[in-house]
Amino acid sequence: MLVYLSKRLLMMIPLLIGITLISFVVIHLAPGEPTDMQTDLNPKSSVDMRDRLRERYNLDKPLYIQYGLWMKQIVTLDFGESFAQDHRPVLEKIGERMPITILINVLSIVVILAAAVPIGILSAVRRNSMFDRGTTVFVFLGFAMPSFWLALLMMDYFGVRLGIFPVAGLKSIGYDYMSPGRQYLDIAHHLVMPVFVSAFGGLAGFSRYMRSNMLEVIRQDYILTARAKGLSERVVIYKHALRNALLPVITILGLSIPGLIGGSVIFETIFAIPGMGKLFYDGVMMRDYPLIMGILVIGAVLTLIGNLLADISYAMADPRIRKG
Amino acid sequence: MRFLFIVLFFLLVGCEQQQQSVMPAEGDAAKAVHGDTFIEASIGEPNNLLPVLASDSASSDINRLVYNGLIRYDKNLQLEGELAESWEISEDNLSFTFHLRKDVTWHDGTPFTSADVLFTYQMYIDPEVPTSYAEDFLQVAKAEAIDPYTFRVTYEKPYSPALASWGTSIHPKHLLEGKEITKSPLSRSPIGTGPYKFAKWDAGEKVELLANPDYFEGQPYIHRVVYRVIPDTSTQFLELQSGGLDLMGLTPIQYETQTDTPAFKRNFNKYRYLSFSYTYLGFNLKKPLFQDKRIRQAISHAINKQELIDGVLLGLGHIATGPYKPDTWVYNADVKRYAYNPDHSRSLLAEAGWVDNDGDGVLDKDGEKFAFTIITNQGNDLRSKTAEIIQRRLKEVGIVIEIRVVEWATFLKEFIFTGNFDATILGWSGGPEPDQYNIWHSSKVAPRELNFVKYSNKEVDELLEAGRRTFDQEERKKIYDRFQEILAEEQPYTFLYVGEALPAVAKRFRGIEPSPAGITHNFIKWYVPKSEQKYNR
Repeated sequence: MLVYLSKRLLMMIPLLIGITLISFVVIHLAPGEPTDMQTDLNPKSSVDMRDRLRERYNLDKPLYIQYGLWMKQIVTLDFGESFAQDHRPVLEKIGERMPITILINVLSIVVILAAAVPIGILSAVRRNSMFDRGTTVFVFLGFAMPSFWLALLMMDYFGVRLGIFPVAGLKSIGYDYMSPGRQYLDIAHHLVMPVFVSAFGGLAGFSRYMRSNMLEVIRQDYILTARAKGLSERVVIYKHALRNALLPVITILGLSIPGLIGGSVIFETIFAIPGMGKLFYDGVMMRDYPLIMGILVIGAVLTLIGNLLADISYAMADPRIRKG
Repeated sequence: MRFLFIVLFFLLVGCEQQQQSVMPAEGDAAKAVHGDTFIEASIGEPNNLLPVLASDSASSDINRLVYNGLIRYDKNLQLEGELAESWEISEDNLSFTFHLRKDVTWHDGTPFTSADVLFTYQMYIDPEVPTSYAEDFLQVAKAEAIDPYTFRVTYEKPYSPALASWGTSIHPKHLLEGKEITKSPLSRSPIGTGPYKFAKWDAGEKVELLANPDYFEGQPYIHRVVYRVIPDTSTQFLELQSGGLDLMGLTPIQYETQTDTPAFKRNFNKYRYLSFSYTYLGFNLKKPLFQDKRIRQAISHAINKQELIDGVLLGLGHIATGPYKPDTWVYNADVKRYAYNPDHSRSLLAEAGWVDNDGDGVLDKDGEKFAFTIITNQGNDLRSKTAEIIQRRLKEVGIVIEIRVVEWATFLKEFIFTGNFDATILGWSGGPEPDQYNIWHSSKVAPRELNFVKYSNKEVDELLEAGRRTFDQEERKKIYDRFQEILAEEQPYTFLYVGEALPAVAKRFRGIEPSPAGITHNFIKWYVPKSEQKYNR
């Protein structure tokens, strides 16, 4: 096991270097540079000034030297300073955005599970019933509906017309003057619509997956045996069938760990939530190379670790993989 | 003439105000009370609250309330003193002497002196400081703090736009000297001399400012100002309607139709005034096709500008005749205008040798068809719509247009700066200073410089140089009048339209005075009557 683990860890290093190299080259291939955003078409700026800025950021050097400089920094875990005009450390900028992104992603996965599992089971048990068809239409509606459109409709109805939920943002204007209990409630109040919108779109995948797992399990011989023993339908479904049908879902959950730090630009933009998606998008638009690379590296590391964890847990759960 | 236009402009504003329901008398200082919060939104997070490093609009909106310059534009767009009580220009026009106010302190209590001004100047020209605003200050030959409240700056040659450049925010020497500017904590928690003090910054969410009780022009009435980061404009509009914002610049369609509801009119006042920006169709004058003046004039005659304003801006705009805004002193109304006249357009084209010989509806000359591409940037809906309307009008006179919409960075790098385009739809935003040297002078044609249409006219060059040397407004007016005449005659651009700023402000705010400078020029005098105050902390 130890040998297997260290082999896997060692293999991650060249993989990671490959990923950074490709990312670095690709983002530098895109036309435009960070300095352009400050100086282009700015009547108060001159060509000299632009050269001065380029020199400062080492943009005047050949690409391989720039990559070398960046690599030298990164091995000491120094992600560098953002090229944006705030000149802040990249890690600080990412650190600020990470918690809210993870919170929303976790909440939305919880909501998806809480809704998708029962929907999946019931649709499988009552296959082709009105309920099955109704929920199928409902979840696919969620899947097909553009999230920004749903978000705007909800904001208009619940935020403007009824006035029961805040339109956007994370906190009320008076947040700083609230008691800690009220502060939690305030954030929760602000999160209702974003979490609903983000969960609604993910419902279809999970519930259909659950349904087909369940259908498969119900056809198995041991379910037939359970029924033959004279167990009640309740026990058959919830004890014998459900447990087996849930196993693959847990695997999928494990694989979605790296996705927790990824945000959606459209979604965050609409709800004015300062998350990772918007940070990355703005970074790309401004050609903020250190920031883009920082996010990509963290994402790549998390993905590699996520894969490793998934493999390890497979190995633990399934003797066939461990021995093979 | 200038008077006429101001009158015309006020008529426009006047009409607008009648639409609004009865409003209490404006600026009634007797009732003005302190308190309440004003909430505004910006699309992006402010980048940096040190003005020397910031160039985004969110940062400059905030910095305007936190810092002061030596001078500023008043509501009629004339220069007046801010940190400087008065100033003199020497006989030879080479040096300016500023007499500074003696009652100004920084937000941390340190007195403001001429040393801060000198330091600010030195910081802007420091090659180690990555600023994009050094240009104006690099023209300075000598800057000196004569005594704590007198500052003198001398130029090598007379340079009139330089005066306005002293409206630049003055930075605190005692907090920045000898430190690395880009690492200064002030970029996240600024200390200025302005009417509002920085209070709090929630990354990605909002920036809060509090009224400065010691402000030298008196404590502002509105107690707190909050800038929320709301990246999506539809969300901003919904927030405005739900009361989460107190001011927002509307789009023409929001202004005309979506805010035409009783609920909106109950809670908001709408304003409109011309903005300092215009949209144009610029021709690449290096292309043989556009070198004949008659062709450019013909295109200008073939475009119906009023139709563009009605269709794209829903009527909320003004026909542009040159690079200046119609309600400013420098604007020349007596220039050649290009009314929509397809017949005249066709005859000008025929004069230049372009006629439809083969009867296919497209003009041709020496076997070649009259066709070109208009390129514009992605993300500006108004520009692509404008391109489509122009496409249809030019087709009527026999010119085939293809439209290309390209992402901004690519647009500049691959097309505009390389001269690899036929014609482009773009806009310029300006300010009250009329100097247009960087855009029209024939020396400004290198890649990345702003005269990318490669316009070259000896007289224009001379006028632009003279305009920079002259300080007297009447003299300058003559120079820029002639400059506008030449541009109008030569049509290196077809000047299309000047847009309007269309802000909506929550009705509880009083004391708003619309003027050529907009509405926020007297922000520190805005107030909310006690009974209508919404936020008590």
